[in-house]
Amino acid sequence: MKPFAYHQPAQIPDAAKLLTSIEDSKLVAGGMTLIPTIKQRLANPAALIDLSKLGNLKGITDDGATITIGAMTPHAVVAASPLVRTKLPGLSALASMIGDPAVRSRGTIGGSVANNDPAADYPAGVLGLGATIVTSTREIASGKFFLGLFETALEPGEIITAIRFPVPLKAGYAKFKAPASRYALVGVFVAKFADGVRVAVTGAGPGVFRVPPMEAALSENFDPTAVAAIKIDTDGLTSDIHAEADYRAHLVTVMAKRAVEAALS
Amino acid sequence: MQISFTLNGRPTTVEAAPATLVSELLREQLHLTGTHIGCDTSQCGACVVHLDGLPVKSCTLLAPALDGATLLTIEGLQGAPGSNQMHPMQEAFREHHGLQCGFCTPGMLMTAVALAAEKPDLTEADVRHGLEGNICRCTGYQNIVVSVMAGAAAMNAAKGE
Repeated sequence: MKPFAYHQPAQIPDAAKLLTSIEDSKLVAGGMTLIPTIKQRLANPAALIDLSKLGNLKGITDDGATITIGAMTPHAVVAASPLVRTKLPGLSALASMIGDPAVRSRGTIGGSVANNDPAADYPAGVLGLGATIVTSTREIASGKFFLGLFETALEPGEIITAIRFPVPLKAGYAKFKAPASRYALVGVFVAKFADGVRVAVTGAGPGVFRVPPMEAALSENFDPTAVAAIKIDTDGLTSDIHAEADYRAHLVTVMAKRAVEAALS
Repeated sequence: MQISFTLNGRPTTVEAAPATLVSELLREQLHLTGTHIGCDTSQCGACVVHLDGLPVKSCTLLAPALDGATLLTIEGLQGAPGSNQMHPMQEAFREHHGLQCGFCTPGMLMTAVALAAEKPDLTEADVRHGLEGNICRCTGYQNIVVSVMAGAAAMNAAKGE
């Protein structure tokens, strides 16, 4: 690999300052996307700012109506957490399906959300549960955070510190994996709250999105049959070597049914 | 930069550039060549080691992550300390023909040991899910799964003694 400088700040303001003052610097959390990207020479950062020495960014806390997960919490910890399993069952299942065990040891929720890969799992959970992204400077609603292909509302120098999830009545996630990468060809997260149901889809298009007709149908009747006849438009969906847009559209309906089944089980 | 860590039970200090991958550090600087580099793109799992007890792909880990940590490689895997015996998981792979060419075996073993340590009552489905990040190009998966189940049972039995 090409050489780069390496910084391990101990405080969030120091990390933010390094990020804005060093040209071509990048934050590294678990590195599960960034390290392969650098190895393939798709990124050539002058400096990496390692977030692992920052205090208070790891761990899961129960705030009653919400659960807060620190940005540097690895997927394996989320997947194994009894608290997440009880309060956010769909998210627990989602975390257990990311990549493979080695990826789950290192990869973090903050890193995944900040990267906003169009086929990553966490964006579906974050948008599906209507979570709040807590950063070094502000709080951002999930609906305003994910802006499309690898694009988020994060400003230069802004660092995610935690994700705060409202506790749903029921939640489930189902994904159809791309067999080689285990990324979502299509992943659907459903969450039922007292005031309605949210449905978020990852993998199908250039970014995570909600499906209002499914949300309306499931709010009336939270059952797999409620979404069985709802087809989504192929406009704007991804076609690539893994699947055509019409197949992805078909999978959205199938995965939505399975996610509701998972939420009810 | 100077990096100090515990390697297979021994305190170790190395001088390495931050852009050094742990797989490179192990093989080229520390001459521990049991950790294999198959794909070098985080897919195949031949390079899996344990960082603070958790399975990680050393080809996707920068050397600075080792500082202050405990690293276990295939060379450090053993039976009862001082016994000069193989680890129960290694014994199970030998007994059940869990390897053909053997290239993926170090990574398979490290992943399997972590899997069995994390969940004592492994099902076959757990094993197949847990081995998703390890590829065997001989496609010897059937015996690998059998070996991991047997190795996990042996680890449990040893723990109960």
